[in-house]
Amino acid sequence: MVNLLLIILLPLLGFFVNALVGKKLPKSVSGGFASLMIFIPFVISTSYFVGFVNGSQQKLDIDIYNWIAFGDFKITFGLLLDQLSATWLMVVTGIGFLIHLYSISYMHDDEKFHNFFSYLNLFIFFMLLLVLGNNFLITFIGWEGVGLCSYLLIGFWFKNQDYNNAAKKAFVMNRVGDLGFLLGIFFILYYLKTLNFTQLQAVNLELLPHGLIVAITMLLFVGAIGKSAQIPLYTWLPDAMAGPTPVSALIHAATMVTAGIYMLVRANFLFIHAPETMMIVAAIGAATAIFAATVGVLQNDIKKVLAYSTVSQLGLMFLALGVGAFTSGVFHVVTHAFFKACLFLGSGSVIHALHGEQDIRNMGGLKKWMPITFWTFLISSLAISGIFPFSGFFSKDEILASAFEHNKVLWVVASLASLLTAFYMFRLVFLTFTGNFRGIEEQKHHLHESPALITIPLIILAVLAAVGGAMGLPEFLGFHHWLKGFLSPVLATNPHAEAHGLSHSTELMLMGGAFAGAVASIAYAYIKYVKGGALPANDGEESGVGKLVYNKYYIDEIYNALFVKPSLLLSDFGHSVIDNKVVDGIVNFTGKASLIIGSQVRKIQSGYIGFYLLAMVLSMVAIFVYSFMITG
Amino acid sequence: MLLLITLFLPLLFALLTYLSGNRYAKYVALLGGLLAFVGCNLLKQSLVSNQLEPLGYTHDWIANPLIAFSLTVDGLALSLIALTTFLIPLIVFTTYSKTIENAKAFYSLILLMEFGLLGVFMAADGFLYYVFWELALIPIYFIALLWGENRDKAFRNRAIFKFFVYTLAGSLFMLIGFIYLYQYSGSFSIQSLYTLNLSNTEQVVLFWAFFIAFAIKIPVFPFHTWQPDTYKEAPTAGTMLLSGIMLKMGLYSLLRWLLPVLPHGVEFWTPYVIVLATIGVLYGSIIAIKQDDLKKLLAYSSFAHVGLITAGIFTLTREGMQGAIVQMFAHGFNVVGLFYAAEIILQRTGTLSISQLGGIRSVAPKFATVFMIVVLASVALPTTNAFIGEFLLLFASFQYNTWLAVAAGFTIIFSAVYMLRMYQLSMLGETNEKTAGFQDLNWQEMLVFVLIIMGIFQIGLVPSSFLGMMENSIDQILSFSLR
Amino acid sequence: MLLNIFNTIPIQYYIMVSAVLFSIGVMGVLFRRNAIIIFMSIELMLNAVNLLLVAFSSYHNDASGQVFVFFVMAVAAAEVAVGLAILVTIFRNVHSVDIDELKNLKW
Repeated sequence: MVNLLLIILLPLLGFFVNALVGKKLPKSVSGGFASLMIFIPFVISTSYFVGFVNGSQQKLDIDIYNWIAFGDFKITFGLLLDQLSATWLMVVTGIGFLIHLYSISYMHDDEKFHNFFSYLNLFIFFMLLLVLGNNFLITFIGWEGVGLCSYLLIGFWFKNQDYNNAAKKAFVMNRVGDLGFLLGIFFILYYLKTLNFTQLQAVNLELLPHGLIVAITMLLFVGAIGKSAQIPLYTWLPDAMAGPTPVSALIHAATMVTAGIYMLVRANFLFIHAPETMMIVAAIGAATAIFAATVGVLQNDIKKVLAYSTVSQLGLMFLALGVGAFTSGVFHVVTHAFFKACLFLGSGSVIHALHGEQDIRNMGGLKKWMPITFWTFLISSLAISGIFPFSGFFSKDEILASAFEHNKVLWVVASLASLLTAFYMFRLVFLTFTGNFRGIEEQKHHLHESPALITIPLIILAVLAAVGGAMGLPEFLGFHHWLKGFLSPVLATNPHAEAHGLSHSTELMLMGGAFAGAVASIAYAYIKYVKGGALPANDGEESGVGKLVYNKYYIDEIYNALFVKPSLLLSDFGHSVIDNKVVDGIVNFTGKASLIIGSQVRKIQSGYIGFYLLAMVLSMVAIFVYSFMITG
Repeated sequence: MLLLITLFLPLLFALLTYLSGNRYAKYVALLGGLLAFVGCNLLKQSLVSNQLEPLGYTHDWIANPLIAFSLTVDGLALSLIALTTFLIPLIVFTTYSKTIENAKAFYSLILLMEFGLLGVFMAADGFLYYVFWELALIPIYFIALLWGENRDKAFRNRAIFKFFVYTLAGSLFMLIGFIYLYQYSGSFSIQSLYTLNLSNTEQVVLFWAFFIAFAIKIPVFPFHTWQPDTYKEAPTAGTMLLSGIMLKMGLYSLLRWLLPVLPHGVEFWTPYVIVLATIGVLYGSIIAIKQDDLKKLLAYSSFAHVGLITAGIFTLTREGMQGAIVQMFAHGFNVVGLFYAAEIILQRTGTLSISQLGGIRSVAPKFATVFMIVVLASVALPTTNAFIGEFLLLFASFQYNTWLAVAAGFTIIFSAVYMLRMYQLSMLGETNEKTAGFQDLNWQEMLVFVLIIMGIFQIGLVPSSFLGMMENSIDQILSFSLR
Repeated sequence: MLLNIFNTIPIQYYIMVSAVLFSIGVMGVLFRRNAIIIFMSIELMLNAVNLLLVAFSSYHNDASGQVFVFFVMAVAAAEVAVGLAILVTIFRNVHSVDIDELKNLKW
């Protein structure tokens, strides 16, 4: 238990140290301390993880203290460690640690170095709280906390108001999802009387009205949509690339955005009872996958391409969850964390070398100067494209197979998205690393491979991206699907699942088809960009569908016109007309009315004493007469 | 006896402050405030050692009509007494960096107001309560009128006059209500009022006599129009008093003097009040989005927050009441923090218009950090005090009606929008000539923020001991309101 | 002995006398314009009431009526003192005690 607490508290300690005294520390100490505060939890997590693997570790469910408690109402602050949270612990602390190391070098010249590390540590703290919480509300603390850190880190360079806008947009869109999540929590708390995951699993859901379960799961999914950037709340994620690149790698690729998947897997015992929601999850996932992939094809900002790719991959994961393949979803989360973190860090290395240049039209031929970055980037691109035997091949293939089994349309959409992924990833690789350098001489002069603190994490991640597929080798080929066995205690059995699987030959065919398609896409990219030497069009030269896609289908503009402008108008109208004229008008009218009445009535006060006396006497007489008539 | 001492300490010190002259007034006032805070802590101890059974003090005052000088302190009252006695010295302290004209009058008015506020929270006799209720209004009227900072004096006079007349007019309805009740009870004591048996029609009508007074003070939509201008025109210390403590008088009175006294009236009007309050939540939030004046923006945001508290109280659930009390407490801290930040900005840059600010974070990182924390608390980020309150309040509205919770829940989105917009425009971006020379916080200002932030996280992380103190009071209120 | 006189004259007579006195006072107040005369008329009204109080006091054998009379007389004396002082001041300023000319007291 102490160890488990240490996992959470050390990053928090790191946050406080860097936030309070970081400025006075040398940069190496500040960064090193922050990294250490992640490394120790990583070691502890590893020991737990190994314990789970060899069966010596039992599930831990500890209530630390009563957080909100009065009368019968009780929400505890407690932690839950099981196979699922252990998996996420490994990803968060492991990749988190590598990215901390990377940042020591990457952020070295930034004046707010210690701020950066304090935010990163705070982020890890909240993320760990999210995955370790033993009830929905603790998860919600982490959920909002990582949103806050995301806000702080996207707007890290706060002098630029565009970045601040991006940060605000991320926070607000996340909050839209959070409202859904919170309402879901209310439903659970009110109807199921507890928020504790273990206790909830024991509730017999068959006794509850079906509509209720659907409502709960839909609301939870709304929360996941916000955090994991799915349609319709995805537009914040591409904008979030305003933050420093390590942040994009850690928060907006590897960990935070997968929180939605974590939450759905955590609540799988609810979701399997709501096939309607599952269908919607799958549909939204597939739609997001294909939609974001198409946008990714025409982006020219190296980080934006990766951002849309992340959105698309997250869509695939939701598709997996939606068709009931929870293990495949988690599997893809893990492999995606490896290769996408590697890709982002690689892009960071490139941006670093080019002194902030992010437009791939101004890159090219970097292979010569940055071999390590190139090779790691290539391996990760192969992994994300689904090339055998890299990790993405296995995890993506599993999702496609599950989709095929479930619904052929979903499978077609997801396959298309994968083909596009392979294409735009290699478009990125070729435009960045091959051909001739297209930047200015000044940049060319300074081109260099990044220092070891940057390349070592890249190499480690590339290795993981290459071999990570070993966690889930396909069963039909006679392998043991290790991850499936590992996660099985966490997953409830689906009462609605059809028991049959695909035949071996079908699976093999699907696998081969996907592989061939990916190779073909890469080949097409090769022909177009290396052989053909094609370059993306300049801004404003796109036309037709290209223009539509290049401008991201104008979704941001549509949202602006639909939500932002009207609320601003409403705010103006509400203040200047309704509040000042109508409501306050009525209040002021009450005041004015008494003035008007007063100005008439005061005429009685003529100042003639004789009149006053007469009025007094007459009134008294009237009162006497009246009272005699009443009493008499 | 402790009750009496705590109650009259501020009055005594109001006198001493006035007599001590302009030079020493602020020290004497701070001492008085701190002593009252000590008194409050002693009260808490004796309440705890009394198993949370209310402490009481009664002395005959007037025989006909039967009015007693009767005080009582239970968990609910104590929470607000604690809020008052904590915030008053803090507010006094926030004014230390300013030179205040006629300081002896200013500080003694603040303490006089504390006396009135404590009286409202302690009174167990309707008439006594009414006297304190009005007494609390008078000092703030003068503070707002005489020490307001806006140069447009005519506008200020009008705004403050409107505030005074508006709230006073509301209170008179309450007086009528009390007199009507007295006809039946023959006493103003709270127990006799709780046990009255009035017909449904009487309750339905009388409800408004009381509710209008409270609704104006809180304020509940549509009785809020005095608020933005008054907050803007009053000196910041006055705004803190108004928003941090005084509007809690209205909310407290709902719990203490309305729900248990007129249960059927409440039952009849509850749906309307909850809808009004929820409208207020959305309305205040939406209007706050485009406000340019920092204090007005905070006024509208505060208006939205108290709307949610009102809705929570009227759900008549345990969660709603607990949430309301926590949120009252939390709102007091947060709003004082926010207004203090506004005051610091005003002093340093000479403007409150957020479109003219910007870039303060790069020159004043400490200020940016503490301001951010208070902003986050007011958008109810988990682990802060307001989250506990909003969570319970929204959960209570959810129990009352699902769609209502959805509507009220939009506050968590809107509050993020307007608060972050405000923070972005005022603190982030590039500096300009107004903000370039912004001094970072000195230790006194830092101390105030640190105290507030400690309060924020104490309630946010370990609210249970606070919630536990309220249980008896809420049991009592609920048992009378649901009879 | 004095009591006997009261007892021999029926109470109705006292009531009538004081009613007449009171009415004269009222008429004086209403129809005269000299403030001093109005003042005197008020005194007349007060004395009418005093008479009635004393009469009833003896009629009921209850001394509290007479106590009231003392109070009334004391108050009336005070009132005369204040009132005449005011009148003197007014006269110094406007050289008149005609109430029709004293009509500045209005809003």
